[in-house]
Amino acid sequence: MLAAILAAGLAVGATYALIGVTYNLMFSASRVMSFTAGQLGMLGGVFGALFIHRLGMPIIPGFILALAACALVGVVTEIVAVRPVLGSLEQHLYVLSTLGLALMIQQFTAIEWSTEPQPFPVLLGFDGGGPLDEKFWLPLVACVVTIAGLEFLYRRTLVGRAFLAIAEDNFAARALGLPERNLRMGSYALAGVVGGLAGFASGELLLAFFANGAMLNFFGFVPVALGGLGNNRGAIIGGIALGVFQQAANFLVGGVFASVAVFAVFIIVLLVRPQGLFGAPATRRV
Amino acid sequence: MNRAILPYLGLFGAALLLPLFANDYWAVIGARAAVYWVLVGGLNLVVGFGGQLAIGYVALLTLGAYTSAVLCARYGLDPFLSFAAAGVVGAVAGVIVGLPALRLRTFYFAMTTLGFATIVTQIALAWQSVTGGGIGLPGPELPKPFDTPWGFYLFALALAALITWLSANVASSRFGRALVAIRDAEVAAEATGISKPRLLTTVFLFSGAAAGVAGGLFATLQSYITPDAFSFDLSVTFFIAILVGGRGSILGPLIGNIILTLLPEFAAPLVAWSTFLYAALLLAIVLLMPGGIAALLDFSNRKPLTANRAIVPRLDRLRGLLDHGTAQASIVLRNVVLSFGGVRAIDGLDLTVRPGQVHGLIGPNGSGKTTTLNVISGYYEPEQGEAFLGTTPLPHGAPQTRAALGIARTFQTPRLIGEASVLENVMIGATIEGTASFVETMLSLPRHRGDEKRMTAQAMDALAVVGLDGLAPVRADRLQHSELRFMEIARALMLKPAFLLLDEPAAGLSGDEIKRLGELIVAIARNGTGVLLVEHHADLIFDICDHVTVLNLGRELAAGTPGDIRAHKEVVSAYLGA
Repeated sequence: MLAAILAAGLAVGATYALIGVTYNLMFSASRVMSFTAGQLGMLGGVFGALFIHRLGMPIIPGFILALAACALVGVVTEIVAVRPVLGSLEQHLYVLSTLGLALMIQQFTAIEWSTEPQPFPVLLGFDGGGPLDEKFWLPLVACVVTIAGLEFLYRRTLVGRAFLAIAEDNFAARALGLPERNLRMGSYALAGVVGGLAGFASGELLLAFFANGAMLNFFGFVPVALGGLGNNRGAIIGGIALGVFQQAANFLVGGVFASVAVFAVFIIVLLVRPQGLFGAPATRRV
Repeated sequence: MNRAILPYLGLFGAALLLPLFANDYWAVIGARAAVYWVLVGGLNLVVGFGGQLAIGYVALLTLGAYTSAVLCARYGLDPFLSFAAAGVVGAVAGVIVGLPALRLRTFYFAMTTLGFATIVTQIALAWQSVTGGGIGLPGPELPKPFDTPWGFYLFALALAALITWLSANVASSRFGRALVAIRDAEVAAEATGISKPRLLTTVFLFSGAAAGVAGGLFATLQSYITPDAFSFDLSVTFFIAILVGGRGSILGPLIGNIILTLLPEFAAPLVAWSTFLYAALLLAIVLLMPGGIAALLDFSNRKPLTANRAIVPRLDRLRGLLDHGTAQASIVLRNVVLSFGGVRAIDGLDLTVRPGQVHGLIGPNGSGKTTTLNVISGYYEPEQGEAFLGTTPLPHGAPQTRAALGIARTFQTPRLIGEASVLENVMIGATIEGTASFVETMLSLPRHRGDEKRMTAQAMDALAVVGLDGLAPVRADRLQHSELRFMEIARALMLKPAFLLLDEPAAGLSGDEIKRLGELIVAIARNGTGVLLVEHHADLIFDICDHVTVLNLGRELAAGTPGDIRAHKEVVSAYLGA
């Protein structure tokens, strides 16, 4: 029982954590929170099932194609819903534009794919159903790979340092001659890959289901909000803790109370510390 | 008669005629549009006017529907009373859903309302003993003559008309203007004394009650309710109807609501795609036509304004406006210290601004002028030292308290409500002087009408004083920069301020305009108001100030009459140039 809770909790939590990282990647490049973060996770699962299960592609090309498709959706988000409203950031139009795009993605998937959860192919063959089933540890592997990849990118590569620079101070970075627009598009493509990876890796657990988008949107946002915007460490720790807590509550007291408990904690923490547990207080406004 | 109500009369007149030539099917569609409008009309004040992105209002519809259905089906309550109960539950839940808006930024708030919507549906599904779970329960059945499709249609239509009237009354009052001010110019709203928590709580009560009643009606309309009926798509439809209609309008969202309800009826093959189309519409509206339908219907603001307008202040009208006599107390800063990170913006400053005088505050960029202003008007909290009005300390970090103390201000970049008229922008300044309560306003009782009449007259006076009365009905974002500066002064004058803090009012003005601004400032001071003037135009400062303080690196470098300052060696070398 404990092993089952822990296995499922860590798997779901790792997925939330990756969606949280997706939010952060978009936020640090543009100061925009996008409703498409969760949809990218949903699409990772749907594209995986589409390419591998329905079209019968081999796993590796199917995997790469699914991530590429998600990266493309990320770039489209930047071009369609983010770039046009960046000029008037203080009006928060991005909330509306990304909501519109996210709903379009979700509805399109519901109609063209299916409104029912569709099976996701077994990738490696460890599908015994016990706590060591691959569906439980694949999301964790994806999470570790992402962390390592991002660390490498940010610390060892010039592009990664440029990402950090625009996240830190957009104006100064542009003054230094960094191609801010391309870096932003790059960040959104990367966000697409990370979101898609989250969905692909958790596909066997969450299935290829259009409604996963809205669910991941909310539960991926909770760790970001609690950890503080742009704080990847907070998002990952928070996401995994959230997943374990939710699964434990699910097993022990039932799903509804788990949802209510998560929601209550989310609201209370935010009301007490709107900037998140590890975030910096708001800057001056006048 | 007021021409603005003609479109409403047309719409509701046409709706009354509908039973004469349409079949029962249209009665259901029409009733649905009316029921949705009861919710959307209330939500419009939150989203369209207050700018709070509440995307999960289906939660309140669900609560209202279950409240009234449970009370009728399980306890045999009268259906009309059950609607009232649904309204009460909706109002309370509206405040609970809305409270996070007081602390959280837009995206966060949108997410919390979305989370709330999910939770309510889950509870409705799980709490089988009361809600019937997935099987559901019957909605309230209305007695004769409302038990037929057309009978219910007319009942829903009457409530829709009522919500239109109530929300229009609120929208055109000081509450409606204050909501828009919070949306577009929150900082300026605080400076005019608008209390965001109180205002939003009131409006959440109102829109929650409307949504709860709409839920009761919805349960009757559906005749049987299950959690499936309250999809998030419905929530999105409500929200999009408002944005398609246009923010800050009643008529626009009303039309948007009708279009969105009727659209699937005219294009049956599109029903499956309706949410997709609504979402696409939302994206298109945001990117291409942020004003929505309301902007399309706003014909009066398309006429070109006269070019080469001159701002001619009418100083003779000032006496009627500022009739408070000279105040006795001074604003006093004592040893104020404030740093941002490692930078000491103000470093032990003493300053006294006397009533009836023009006090100039000059210094190089970054010397702490605006920061000083922000300490006085309560935006910043000093680390050491105190600010006093006379002998009473001014509470720190509470800018909304300054208006009641008679301290008004303008901003370095004008903070205006672009979509509101110049007159409305100025009337914002008198928000705290309104006497009518929200309920009186909602019902358009005499006290509210008196308030409006007085504020309008006072705002026209203030506009005449600064020389903008010819532009009163024009949308503020069509004005020139210099006109906006004078408009901000008019807004500040609405408070009949004992002290007026001006942050670089001459920036961007022409030579002529600066001269007139100078005369206006002197006239304001001679009527008893103390003016603290932060400026870079040295000529203006030396022409009109009674007293000048020169700041450098957050400290007082020199102080005295303009003559003293001009002769001060350090000031000349550091700042004025030889």
